[in-house]
Amino acid sequence: MPAVLEARSVSKAFGGIRAIDRLDLSIRDGEIFGLIGPNGAGKTTLFNVVTGMDFVTQGMILFEGKNITKEKAFNITRRGIARTFQNIRLFHDMTVLQNVMVGQNCRTRCGIIHAAFRTSRLKKEEKKIADNALEVLAFVGLTDHAEFRASSLAYGEQRRLEIARALSTEPKLLLLDEPAAGMNPQETKALMGLIEKIRSKGKTIFLIEHDMRVVMGICDRILVLNFGKKIGEGTPLEIQKSPQVIEAYLGTGE
Amino acid sequence: MEAYVAHLLILIGIYAILTMGQNIILGYTGLFGIAQAAFYGIGAYTTALLALRMGIPFWVGIVAAAFIAGFMGWILGLCTMRLGGDYFCIATLGFVVIIQQVFLNWENLTRGPMGLPGIPRPHVFGYFFDSRLSFCILVWAFVFILCVVMNNIAGSRVGRAFKAIRDNEAAALAMGVNTLRVKILSVALGSFYAGIAGGLFASYTGYIDPSSFSVMETIIILCMAVLGGMGSITGSILGAAVLIVMPELLRLAGVTGSLSVYRQIIYGMLLVFVILMRPQGIIGKVEFRPIAAIKEGRLFRAV
Repeated sequence: MPAVLEARSVSKAFGGIRAIDRLDLSIRDGEIFGLIGPNGAGKTTLFNVVTGMDFVTQGMILFEGKNITKEKAFNITRRGIARTFQNIRLFHDMTVLQNVMVGQNCRTRCGIIHAAFRTSRLKKEEKKIADNALEVLAFVGLTDHAEFRASSLAYGEQRRLEIARALSTEPKLLLLDEPAAGMNPQETKALMGLIEKIRSKGKTIFLIEHDMRVVMGICDRILVLNFGKKIGEGTPLEIQKSPQVIEAYLGTGE
Repeated sequence: MEAYVAHLLILIGIYAILTMGQNIILGYTGLFGIAQAAFYGIGAYTTALLALRMGIPFWVGIVAAAFIAGFMGWILGLCTMRLGGDYFCIATLGFVVIIQQVFLNWENLTRGPMGLPGIPRPHVFGYFFDSRLSFCILVWAFVFILCVVMNNIAGSRVGRAFKAIRDNEAAALAMGVNTLRVKILSVALGSFYAGIAGGLFASYTGYIDPSSFSVMETIIILCMAVLGGMGSITGSILGAAVLIVMPELLRLAGVTGSLSVYRQIIYGMLLVFVILMRPQGIIGKVEFRPIAAIKEGRLFRAV
């Protein structure tokens, strides 16, 4: 069975700087796979390159065995990879429900003619989109906020909305970029529960996080990045014991 | 007196359509494209030339105007969409200049500065839309239909794609929206609206010449969109109404003279003032909802 996501000797250079240096990566179906490392290590760059928001300098990326290295970002989403952003990027002037409904754009077809004349096919499709969106909102616990403007939500709710929006694209692989950032302990616990719930629905999760409670708590395997290079890979226990990782990132504790 | 009011209403209707098109491009999708005057002119000349050269009736001419203007908008979008925001704006402005120059210089086709006189009014089953009142009703029938269409689009997957691009283009891309294609579609649709307005204008005044389709004209349409409220259908009509009626009121109050010189300053200052003091325009971020008003007793709802 091919890995869900594979990176083969991927490099990304910005001029003279190697943001990612010959990285090999393999994520299995149904895993919660963590990516940790100091700031500037190349983690978000890797996400950008996997999702097509930026292009690799060298190397290959495979999704479910297929080469997606040169695919456009919206096509990669269509194939089944969705992401959230480190700095929340919601559609601030649209409602919570509308934000989630946008995720279904790549799964539906009615174009401008159907929209202009509000044909029955459009109405059926719109109902399907709305039902799907409400389902996803219920899944993350934001049903009551459906008609609120996205920008009016509290910080933790906005992060949940980002996840809901990504989920509505019906992904196979979900990339979460620091989902716990700025959350208090209760919110963090709830987030961990939500991520486990997503995995139980058959999704694979690729997670960037700094909060070690989250990383060590729910990840099956972890990859550690420093200056664009892999300096460790393994289970949480193995990572915690690795001297290179401790020196570069984890520290020796208080 | 009634003829005067009908005349104003006709102009408000035509400019409301132009402003709605502007709002699709700027208000919904967030693109700073300001080439509406070019497509206004393309629509006007299409309808006029088809009627004068080939005897083609208004109803066919207006459809042709819409589709030709929309097609040209699509071409413009295709050529310019990869330019960054500011340069895209300049390119669309340049397009207005180019089109006006084409109208002025392609004398074999357009008679250049002499313009095209004698454009007939529409007629259906022998009834001619001769009177101001009848043409006013015709224009507002178009306005009504185009309002409904714009509202339908706003509430559909296409409309959400437009607004997603406005609010956060990178996120829209990440959510599977083909942003390039959708942005070009938005420009084409806005141009389609402008083409219809052009056809109506040509059939109303009976005479068109290149001077009506200038950079100043495109700025006025932009002002109407910004003043009324970007992204609002009600705002489009309001903005058009205010900027048509206001100069007339000033004229009646005795403020005349070389107003055209001051016009450019006034419109420029108006734009700056609205953006600084009330960027959401007169109507703000709400929309008049006639059907909901009856059902729920609520007149406005958030856009």
